Amino acid sequence: MIAVTIKQFDGLRGDIVSCLALKTLNHEAQDRSGPGQWEETLKAGQNLIPILGAIGLLVGVAFVSGSAVAEDLVKFSIKDNNSIPTSLTGQAGDAENGLNVAIHRQKGNCLACHVMPIPDQPFHGAVGPDLTGVGSRYDVGELRLRVVNSKYVNPDTIMPAFYAVDGLHRVLDKFQGKPMLTAQEVEDVVAYLATLKE
Amino acid sequence: MYAKQLIALTAGAAALAGLSSSALTDGSWGKYQVGDIRSGYTFAEPETRAMQDDDFENPAMLVLDYGAELWSTKDGDANKSCEDCHGDAENSMKGVGARYPVFYGPWGKPINIELRINECRQNNMKAKPYKYESNEMLGMTAFLKYQSRDMPVTVDIGGPNKPFYIKGKEFYYERRGQLDMACKHCHEDNAGNMIRANLLSQGQSNGFPVYRLKWNKVGSLHRRFRGCNKQVRSKPFGYGSDEYVNLELYLAWRGRGLPVESPAVRN
Repeated sequence: MIAVTIKQFDGLRGDIVSCLALKTLNHEAQDRSGPGQWEETLKAGQNLIPILGAIGLLVGVAFVSGSAVAEDLVKFSIKDNNSIPTSLTGQAGDAENGLNVAIHRQKGNCLACHVMPIPDQPFHGAVGPDLTGVGSRYDVGELRLRVVNSKYVNPDTIMPAFYAVDGLHRVLDKFQGKPMLTAQEVEDVVAYLATLKE
Repeated sequence: MYAKQLIALTAGAAALAGLSSSALTDGSWGKYQVGDIRSGYTFAEPETRAMQDDDFENPAMLVLDYGAELWSTKDGDANKSCEDCHGDAENSMKGVGARYPVFYGPWGKPINIELRINECRQNNMKAKPYKYESNEMLGMTAFLKYQSRDMPVTVDIGGPNKPFYIKGKEFYYERRGQLDMACKHCHEDNAGNMIRANLLSQGQSNGFPVYRLKWNKVGSLHRRFRGCNKQVRSKPFGYGSDEYVNLELYLAWRGRGLPVESPAVRN
């Protein structure tokens, strides 16, 4: 088991906040060379004040409202390089919302690359494997790892990591420091995929 | 009902895949395929190919005609036209579009046709440079490349161009953006596969500038680079930037032997 923590600005809900400053606090300890290097120590809460200060000083970006709260990406553990056995949020995913996230072109956009048993949606991609029955081929922990960051399984994969912010290169400002999905959205998608039984 | 729809959908996807793969292996692509190297023409819809096949149907020809007009138009403090020095473009510019980008001594790095046009305008015509994505630049580029139509792309990646070719190749294989994808993930690993409703091509550059249906306009190769970069949520580089000229050099080599199709028509 390897302990992993990654940074996240979660729950921003559309507020405009640059995450550049937070990135500078990162120890850049993570790269793609192996899961063993995905170690991080900065914790949410204990570093919230310096993070806010750094944002103000270095970037000059004001928090838009009190609802914007900086926090780390949720810490998770990887088992056998193949599974994240426990929920990122400690809660069960909502499969119904997971279907919506999977379809959403700005979120999961899974249909861009995968055939899925969602017949009311046209034009399923053929870049990745057909996800019909994927819930029978993988258990929940295995599905979670593949949604979080499938590069653990295949370092050369085209599939984006949906829950990682480090080791990325020239990310557009508005996406910097943000994972593609929130932890709960990951759980929702995983819950949905788990329903795809053969 | 649900299962039936699924079967229909899967069959449809399979039919699409079958269609594209049969067309690419039966050797019917003629000059648009050199070994495994396939022009974007071979990935385009039949209607799109038909638009390119007929110069009278190709919307890019309007911009090209404008470029031809500019070729003979005096401009700048030197009050010279391109034609005053270069004469008939059909002769003087034949082959140029097939071998660019070339190494440009004064800059110590490769130069593409767009940047070379502006060098000539500034140094010899004493005229203002064209904006990169202007109709003037697109027209002149299309007109120049058209003089090499059907000639095989033969870019020189040796000598002083070599380090820049290597940089362009590194760019091609470097992951970028929030989606963390390299050019090669789509255009090498997945050329011929459907990404949602679009058929991924090999990303060949031999038709640029192209009339792109999605743009409803003629656009440059660097515009396409920027679009691709932004699609993977990555910061694009500037028009005419070193990074993109190096990539252009690598892509020209990658598509070596394909005919110059400029101005092509693409989806």
